[in-house]
Amino acid sequence: MSLSQTVEEISTRVTAICDDLAGLEGPLLPILHEVQETWGFIPEGALQTIAKKLNLSRAEVHGVASFYHDFRHNAPGRHVIKICRAEACQAMGGDAIANQAQRKLGIGWSETTPDQSVTLEPVYCLGLCACAPAAMVDGKLVARLDNDRLDRMIKEVRS
Amino acid sequence: MSLKIFIPLDSASVALGADDVATAIAKAADMRGIDITLIRTGSRGLYWLEPMVEIATDNGRIAYGPVTPDDVDALFDAGFITGGEHPLSLGKTEEIPFLKKQTRLTFARCGIIDPLSPEDYRAHDGWAGLEKALKLDPADIVQQVTDSGLRGRGGAGFPTGIKWKTVADAPADQKYIVCNADEGDSGTFADRMIMEGEPFVLIEGMIIAGIATGATKGYVYTRSEYPDAIRIMTEAIDIARAHKVLGPDVLGSGKAFDIEVRMGAGAYVCGEETSLLNSLEGKRGVVRAKPPLPAHEGFLGKPTVVNNVISLCSVPVILDKGADFYRDFGMGRSRGTIPIQIAGNVKYGGLFETAFGLTLGEIVDDIAGGTATGKPVRAVQVGGPLGAYFPRDLFDTPFDYEAFAKRDGLIGHAGIVVFDDSVDMMKQARFAMEFCAIESCGKCTPCRIGSVRGTEVVDKIARGEDPERQIALLTDLCQTMKFGSLCALGGFTPYPVMSALTHFPNDFKPHALDIAAE
Ligand SMILES: Cc1cc2nc3c(=O)[nH]c(=O)nc-3n(C[C@H](O)[C@H](O)[C@H](O)COP(=O)(O)O)c2cc1C
Ligand code: SF4
Ligand code: FES
Repeated sequence: MSLSQTVEEISTRVTAICDDLAGLEGPLLPILHEVQETWGFIPEGALQTIAKKLNLSRAEVHGVASFYHDFRHNAPGRHVIKICRAEACQAMGGDAIANQAQRKLGIGWSETTPDQSVTLEPVYCLGLCACAPAAMVDGKLVARLDNDRLDRMIKEVRS
Repeated sequence: MSLKIFIPLDSASVALGADDVATAIAKAADMRGIDITLIRTGSRGLYWLEPMVEIATDNGRIAYGPVTPDDVDALFDAGFITGGEHPLSLGKTEEIPFLKKQTRLTFARCGIIDPLSPEDYRAHDGWAGLEKALKLDPADIVQQVTDSGLRGRGGAGFPTGIKWKTVADAPADQKYIVCNADEGDSGTFADRMIMEGEPFVLIEGMIIAGIATGATKGYVYTRSEYPDAIRIMTEAIDIARAHKVLGPDVLGSGKAFDIEVRMGAGAYVCGEETSLLNSLEGKRGVVRAKPPLPAHEGFLGKPTVVNNVISLCSVPVILDKGADFYRDFGMGRSRGTIPIQIAGNVKYGGLFETAFGLTLGEIVDDIAGGTATGKPVRAVQVGGPLGAYFPRDLFDTPFDYEAFAKRDGLIGHAGIVVFDDSVDMMKQARFAMEFCAIESCGKCTPCRIGSVRGTEVVDKIARGEDPERQIALLTDLCQTMKFGSLCALGGFTPYPVMSALTHFPNDFKPHALDIAAE
């Protein structure tokens, strides 16, 4: 999808997003979220349009987009698996789960499988610390993750 | 009359299968021709029993859990809709020891009411604090909060009333209430639970803060990892507006207050209040030097109250029941109740609201029931990724701001993470440094560079490269970070590192670290 988007198409859509949200106090984060919601990442071409609409320099917008872990600069895979790497999950074997996920998918953190099916991302706490280890698959939370569940999860998203 | 069945919509309960259980119960009831009303509530916070299903009976609510969809037919066969016995029976909900031992002031309605029903909220004393506040002089509201002894639940423990007074006294055409719902600490979920289970209490607390200080606009800055909390808070705000609780004329008082929800973008440091304000303004989440205090120059340069979710949610009960009522709970200078979040490797994980003063040992051994794995408890990290690791020797520490500080620790947002004896404390120290390196806002060198150096030094100890010298270096590095950092990210990372080193020195010997590849 994203690859076939022309520069004009991106600019038109981003302009509409900016027009929609520019009235907010401090509109830049809501705009970036909306852009990422649309394409799954922040297309390079969006920065200039946002900058113009908000009266900022392109470098300023880039500076903000690159500060936050959420904003991607490349298209993610068709599915995104986020695995919690924080302490409460570590206490319940989260590191082993994370290792297993990397091995099974053959990729490291923030990488996408060559078939573009899955992007694996680290996350630091999902608020499921009393039923750890935790993960989020395409926005859906999973608690008490174990190896079997992880294998099934990976099979599902790759099928 | 239709039977009332309660099932949580709390995101952790859903992650454990609550939606599937709700569907199975609705289907089974339909097949059997039984008229039921399913009510989705917040969670009671007894996560080892989730999904927990409750039935309204003449004798109060009866609970069953943890329920899976496969249990549903057997539950109906056992007559659970009238409180029938079944292996998953937990008896009367209120009598479950983990709940019965609590003092629920802030979380009084969580898990009981439909979070988005303003009628339910009112029927359970909702808006009572606000109605009392509207009859008071703003200065008297501030006085009540000050007298209650309430201190910020976000971590720093600053007296809430004093912060409010500073903003109330600051002259300005526009002031703001910013609710810090960034809850990034591992082991914490109180903010999430209350936003999902009882969102009106946060709205009520924010309105009271607005009226007390002269602020007319509020923001709830929530992390993007909490999509359900964001959705429920947003809906609750719309409902409150429709009921004229929010808007230009709060409950007919002639006073204005409105709230907007904003979403963070995966930066832990944005929980720090000035970084949060920059983020809210659409800037990089870099920490600001203080002064100026946010109370003088906060959001868009205007006087701003920044308060944690739980601080704000504790205000309505203080206004409703009085400052003395609240202050009478607790110990020393830690007044009122604190929702302790019990997490990690524990048998009974969940939220336990209680007066300050329980010892760490009582919490870990008695309430949490030890570890889930059944192995001995070795270390407990209190207060999130910037909090110290406590060994069993220090389990007599009472849950109190000053008592924890005296032991080189902090209670932070009151999350405790329990580890069994398989934990490698050198690995935990390395993680603390790594986390600081990942999340540093980059403004000061000790934090930005020191944390990276910290992980390298630990790796050298692991590889056996002159370990004695590296340990001295690590200690030095912690000193530099502690005293040379602008905010607590760089400044407190030494707590987990040094506590690991001090209390578990034998782990700091050369050995392979079992670490997930970068
Ligand atoms: C790195 C860092 C992260 C923080 N994260 C949070 C957070 O997620 N939530 C929070 O309420 N306070 C957090 N704080 C504390 C805030 O800076 C601030 O003290 C708090 O929001 C004030 O509200 P309170 O007085 O009600 O606690 C953090 C501080 C630091 C240094
Ligand atoms: S200590 Fe770290 S996070 Fe805090 S201001 Fe300095 S660089 Fe930023
Ligand atoms: S630490 Fe993993 S969900 Fe909180």
